[in-house]
Amino acid sequence: MMIRQSFIEMNARERAAALLDPASFRELLGPFERIKSPWLPLQGIVAQADDGVVLGRGLIDGRSAFVASIEGAFQGGSMGEVSGAKIAAALELARRDCERGRPILPLLLFETGGVRLQEANLGLAAIAEIHAGIIAVREFVPVVGVVAGVVGCFGGMSLAAALCTRLIVTRQARLAMNGPEVIEQEAGIGELDAADRALIWKLMGGEQRYATGFADDLVDDDAAAIATAVRWAVAMGVEAEPRSRQISQYMARLAAIDAQHPPTPVALRRLWQTDPVA
Amino acid sequence: MEVLRYKYPAKRHVTHRAHVGVVGSGDLEVLFEPSTDQDAHVLVTTSVDGFATIWKNVLDRFFGRYDYVASIEINDFGATPGTVMLRLEQAAEASQA
Repeated sequence: MMIRQSFIEMNARERAAALLDPASFRELLGPFERIKSPWLPLQGIVAQADDGVVLGRGLIDGRSAFVASIEGAFQGGSMGEVSGAKIAAALELARRDCERGRPILPLLLFETGGVRLQEANLGLAAIAEIHAGIIAVREFVPVVGVVAGVVGCFGGMSLAAALCTRLIVTRQARLAMNGPEVIEQEAGIGELDAADRALIWKLMGGEQRYATGFADDLVDDDAAAIATAVRWAVAMGVEAEPRSRQISQYMARLAAIDAQHPPTPVALRRLWQTDPVA
Repeated sequence: MEVLRYKYPAKRHVTHRAHVGVVGSGDLEVLFEPSTDQDAHVLVTTSVDGFATIWKNVLDRFFGRYDYVASIEINDFGATPGTVMLRLEQAAEASQA
């Protein structure tokens, strides 16, 4: 009998290796290169030698791939100048290789609160480059994203996840523009109680995001199951009409909602359920 | 944040470099590689100030048992001495793999 291996409990490096073909992971700009944040120590914060992003080359079903895996335990997986640049540069190089007829499959493992506040504009600029990078490379190859949890994926990086050709989530994942604490802080506890875990997962949890069409696959917290889902997502190929281009459909959906009487999470599933392909 | 440096006489040869751990709450990362001279060197960057004596105690104990001629960089985010010792042993073991 196969024993389930928790993906969520793995660190970023283990996750990267687990999703590529066995023994094919080769790290780039690893910790011994010491390409770390120059800004955190100036603010009295201990930096990590890889700045929280594990980058590597490898294979997916024998096809050339790169993986960028964000370490959620370091500064909440936040995107700083260096960590953001690692992902943006990898996407840029992948696009160039694709243009030269050497396709490279990008695999992005999101575990991030979004921009690193200590690096503010530099982090935001890097996130914008990541967005542009995904949009450019997804013309050639499917960009596959995974949000496993427990940090989830928030802020500008939730937009990056949304731009992926296919997004895989677990039930433990959360995907949202603003995190619950931010919403409570800005709009008050009447708007959202950040301590109400059941409510938060109903609103932005993986199951809800899958049921409302913001994620393409819902899988168990199992490394083998996620690896299989990644291969399925790659096999589906590029998307002619990615979610981010379906503007009129999403505008119509939003227009049909009465902001004074917002639908419950269950009602939203009925409203936004993705139509089965005819 | 505090930066501490230590030096130990050592004999055992280090063959490979090894990296373990994460700079996350209650944890630390250890970069373990061959030293460039005859001594072992430890560079500690820790988020918690004022524990230099405890760091020295943990490192004395580690090098008492494993006298590797290693250059060790530790990036600590409030790990307990027990966790520090475990990570150091894990790194030493991985460097021999």
